[in-house]
Amino acid sequence: MSKIKVTRRTAVQMTGAAAVATGTTFGPQMASAQQGPVKIGLSMPQTGGLAAGGRASLLGIEVWKDDINAKGGLLGRKVELVVYDDQSSATTTPAIYSKLLDVDKVDLLFAPYATVPTGPIMPLVKQRDLLLMGNFSFQVNQTVKHDKWFNIAPWGPADSWGRSFIEIGEKAGAQSIAFLAADQEFAQNLVKLAKGVADEKKMKTVFEQNYPPNTVEFSAIIRALRGARADMVFVCSYPPDSAGILRAVNEIGIGENVKIFGGGMVGLQFTAVMESMGSLLNGVINFNSWLPEPSMYFEGTKEFFAKYQPRAVAAKVDPLGYYLAPYGYAQGQLIEQAVASVKSLDHKAIAGYLRSNTHKTIVGSIKFAADGEWEKTGTVQAQFRGVKDKDIEQFRGPGKQVILSPADRKTGEPIIPFEKARKG
Amino acid sequence: MSFDFELLRDAIVFGLLLGCFYAAVSLGLSVAFGLLDVPHLAYPAFLVLGSYGTYMLYTLGFDPLVAGVILTPVFFVLGILMYRIYYETFEKRGADSGVRGLAFFFGVMFIIEVAIIQMFGVDQRTVSASYIGRSLEIGEMRIPNRLIVAFIVALVIAATLYLYLSRTFTGRAIRAVAQDEGALRLMGANPVAIKQWAFGIATATLALAGALLIIVAPIEPTLDRAYIGRTFCVVVMAGLGSMGGTLIAGIILGVAEEVVKIYGASWAPAISFGLLLVILAVRPQGLFGR
Amino acid sequence: MRWTGFWIGAALFLVLAYASTFMVTNTFFFFVGYVMLQFVVLATAWNILGGYAGYVNFGTSAFFGVGVYTAVALFKAFALPLPLQILAAAVVGTALGVATGMMTLRLRGIFYSIATVALVIILETFVVNWKFVGGAAGIQIVRPSLPSFFPTYEGMLFVVAAVLVVIAVAVARYVEGSWIGRGLRAIRDDELAAECSGVPTLRLKLIACGISGALMCAIGAPNPMYQQFAIPGAAFELPYSVSPLAMALIGGTAHWIGPVLGALLLSATQQYLSVTISSELSLLALGVMLVLFVIAAPEGLVGLLRKVGLFKTGTVRPSNEKGKGT
Repeated sequence: MSKIKVTRRTAVQMTGAAAVATGTTFGPQMASAQQGPVKIGLSMPQTGGLAAGGRASLLGIEVWKDDINAKGGLLGRKVELVVYDDQSSATTTPAIYSKLLDVDKVDLLFAPYATVPTGPIMPLVKQRDLLLMGNFSFQVNQTVKHDKWFNIAPWGPADSWGRSFIEIGEKAGAQSIAFLAADQEFAQNLVKLAKGVADEKKMKTVFEQNYPPNTVEFSAIIRALRGARADMVFVCSYPPDSAGILRAVNEIGIGENVKIFGGGMVGLQFTAVMESMGSLLNGVINFNSWLPEPSMYFEGTKEFFAKYQPRAVAAKVDPLGYYLAPYGYAQGQLIEQAVASVKSLDHKAIAGYLRSNTHKTIVGSIKFAADGEWEKTGTVQAQFRGVKDKDIEQFRGPGKQVILSPADRKTGEPIIPFEKARKG
Repeated sequence: MSFDFELLRDAIVFGLLLGCFYAAVSLGLSVAFGLLDVPHLAYPAFLVLGSYGTYMLYTLGFDPLVAGVILTPVFFVLGILMYRIYYETFEKRGADSGVRGLAFFFGVMFIIEVAIIQMFGVDQRTVSASYIGRSLEIGEMRIPNRLIVAFIVALVIAATLYLYLSRTFTGRAIRAVAQDEGALRLMGANPVAIKQWAFGIATATLALAGALLIIVAPIEPTLDRAYIGRTFCVVVMAGLGSMGGTLIAGIILGVAEEVVKIYGASWAPAISFGLLLVILAVRPQGLFGR
Repeated sequence: MRWTGFWIGAALFLVLAYASTFMVTNTFFFFVGYVMLQFVVLATAWNILGGYAGYVNFGTSAFFGVGVYTAVALFKAFALPLPLQILAAAVVGTALGVATGMMTLRLRGIFYSIATVALVIILETFVVNWKFVGGAAGIQIVRPSLPSFFPTYEGMLFVVAAVLVVIAVAVARYVEGSWIGRGLRAIRDDELAAECSGVPTLRLKLIACGISGALMCAIGAPNPMYQQFAIPGAAFELPYSVSPLAMALIGGTAHWIGPVLGALLLSATQQYLSVTISSELSLLALGVMLVLFVIAAPEGLVGLLRKVGLFKTGTVRPSNEKGKGT
C-alpha cells in the first residue's frame, strides 16, 4: 500500500479544472527545458477486475525506477512515476492521459496493464504522435496502426498464441477442437485468431461457446463440452471463471478423448489463484510469460525477483510476481537503453531506436515488428505437473510448469491425454 | 448441435441445484424486502461480507459451512443494528422510504465494498473442503458435491423460515406486520421490535448464504454487484415474502440459465432477466404472490 | 428568475463554452468539463422521473449505453453526423423509456426500479452479442473530420455537451413549473389520492419516462466520439446508474438546480479524488456522502442553502415527503 501512495504524492498538484485552464499549448516534442526529474506517466488498474495484475505490474515498474535512480537516473535526471488508478475501466483513461500530458506534463508514457483501459488511449497517442509503451494489451494497434507503439508483452505475431497451443495438440494427434471463450474483449480476439489457425490446419470445430461475465456455474457448459468429444479444448477465460471452469472440469469430467486442455486461461498465472487451485491445475496446458524454469533466466532476472518479492509481500501484491512484474521492469529497461543511446527524451528518436535494435532485458531479448508487437513470440505454453494443494513454496522452483513451446524455451514434453496428465 | 437428451437432462439437474443456491442467497431478501418492505440494496453486499467472514474463519482452520454457522449470530446482531439505523433515520420520521432509502442502502453498499478491499485486498478468494472439487456419480451423470451442499442448505433455510413464519407466534407477528401494522399495534405488539427481529433473521441467513457463495464459486470484493439483479429478480418473481415461492423462482431461474448455457451461453443473462420482465408485465404480484 | 433570466443565463453559458474552445489550450480542461456536463445531463434527466415523481430509475446506464450504441451503429452503418446521431438516440430513448414505463409503471415504484435493473443486463447482453458494433471485443472509433468553426475535437464535444445541458435543464425547468410537474409531485406525495382526484397518473409517468429516457440516450450519443472507443462493459457500467441518482439526491430533488449542483459537486469531487488519493476512497466518499446527505440533509444542497437563506424561490415549495410505500 505504502508504495502506491509514494507514487501518487506527485499527483496532488492538481488544483481543479479552473486552474488548469491557464495551461499552455502542448506539442508532440515533450523535451522539458528545465532539469527537473524525468516524469513517466501512466494509469494502472488498482481497483476493479484487473487490479490484481495491475498492482503486480506497477510494483515491477517501481523496482526499475528505484534501480535506475540508484544508478543516477535517465540523462542524469531522477525518474519519477506519475500514476493514477483507472479502476480497470475504459471510461477513465482518456481523461487520465490528458491530465498526464496537459497538466502533469510527463516526459514519457506507459500504457496501463491490459487491453480494456488501453483501448481508448491508442487514438489519443496517434493524434498527438507520442511514444506509448504497451503493457500486455492484445491487438490494440490493429485499427489505429500507430508507429510509436511498442507492446511489452510476449504475444508476438497475432495468431502465434493460438497456433502454439494448437500445434501441441496436432502433434499429439488431435483432429477436432472445441472453443470455450469469455464474452469479453481479449478472449474474443484471441479465440477468433485461434479459429483461423484451426481452419487453416483443417481441424474440425466440434464445440464453440461464449459464456457471459459473472457466470457462477460451469457445470452445464462443461457437460456439453464433454458431450462434444473434442480431441483438444482451447479455453480463453478470465480470472474468476478460470477457477470455476477447472473446478467443473474436475467434477464433471471432459472425457478420455481430450488430449490437451487450456491455452488462454487468464488467472492461472496469479499466485493467489495457483495456491488456491492447487492440484486441480495438474495437466492443464496454459500460456504464461515468465516461469522459474532454467530457460527463462537472463541477465538480471534473478536479481529482479530478489528485489520484487520482499516488497510484494509487504505491499500485499502477488508474492511471486512471475506473470507481469518482470515485464514492468523490462519496460523500464527498454526506455533506459533507448534514452542512453539517443541521449534525449525525443519520442521520435526513442521510437526509431526501439524499432531498429534488439534489446536485452530480464525477460530475454526483444525485437519489435512493424506493428509494435514482438517479431517473434515469447509466449510460453506450459503444463502444470505434480502440483500439491495449499503450498505456495512449490512454485518457486522449476518443474511445476514445464514449458512445451516455443522451441527455444522448451523444458519438456507434454503428458497426454489430459485425463492421464491430471493425475500426475 | 444435434439434440441430446442426456445433455438436457443433466442441464436440468444442474439448474435445479444452482436454482436452490440462488434461492438460498435470496431468502433473506424475501423477508427483508418482501415482508418488511425495506428496499435493502445493500443485501448482496452483506452476502459478500458473509463470504469474506467465512473466508477469514476458513484461514483459521474452520470448515466453510461451520464458519457460516458460527457467523450467523454475528450477522443477526449486525442486522438488528442496520435496521435500527434505518428505522431511526427513515421509517420513524415517516420520510419517503423510496428514493432516499434506496440511496441510503446504495451508500452502505459502497462502504462495505471499500471496507472489504481494505481488509482483504482485491485478489479473488476461494476455499477448499472435502465437498469441493468432487462429484457424485450416478451412472453417466456426475453432480458436483458443492452444488448438492448448496441444495441441502437452501432447503434447510427455506424450511426453517417457512415453519418459523407460519408456526411460531413471533413468526406470525412478522407476517402480520407486513400486512397490517396498525392491527398488530392494537393487539399490543410492538411492530418496530418485531421488524427489527425479522431484519436480524433476514441478515442472519446471509452468513450461511455467504458461506455457500464462496463454496460454489470464487469471490472478489465487488461481486455483490452481480447479485443485485439476481436476488431481486428471484424475490420479485416469487411474489413478495413467499418462502416456498422463492425456492421455486430460484429453481426456474437456475434451470433456465443452465439449459440456455448448453445451447448459447452468451444469452443466459438476457434470458433470466427477460423472464423477470415478462413476469412483471403479466403477473406483477409474482408467481406466488397474493 | 423567470424564463427571460434563464435564457440569458443559458445563452451566456453557451457563449462562454464556445469561447473557451478558442481561449483554453489545455485539453484536459475539456476532458474534465465534458464528463461533468455529461453527468449534469444524466442527473437532470434522472430527476425528472426520480425526483419529481419518486420513481427510481436504477438503469440509467441502460439508457446511456443504448445512446452510445445507437450512435456507434448509425455512425458505422451510414457515417451519420453527430447531431443526427444524438437526435436518433433521443428518439430511441423515448421509445425505450415509454416501453419500460408501460410494462411496470402500473405497479409500485420499486417494481419499476427492479425492471430497470433487469433492463441494463438484457440490453448489455444484446450489445455483447451484436457483432456489427464490435460485440464484447469493443470497437475503436475513428473520428470524422472536424467542422471548421471548432479549433479542437475536445472543444467541440464540450460545446455539444453544453448544448445538451441547456436543453436538459430547460426541459426539467419547464416540466417542474408546468401541469406535468404538479401532477408528478402529486403522484410522489400520494399516488392513490392523486389518482382519485383525477390526475392522469399513468399518462404523466409515461411522459416523464419518455423525456427522461430521451435525455439520457441523447447524452450517450457523443460519448463514443469522446472515448474514441466503445465497449459494452464501459457503456453500461454501474457508475452511470448510481452517480446520477446520488447527484440528484445530494443536490436536492425538488428544484431543477439541485441535480445540476449535485452533478457538478460530485463529479468534480470524484474526478479530483480518483487522481489524488485513490479510487477506493473516491468510492468510499460517494458512499459516505450518500448516507450523510440522505440522513442529515434530506433536501440536499438546495435544502441546505435554503435553510441558511442563500437560496429563495417561490415557484417550488419544499417537498413534503410522505411514505407512498416505496
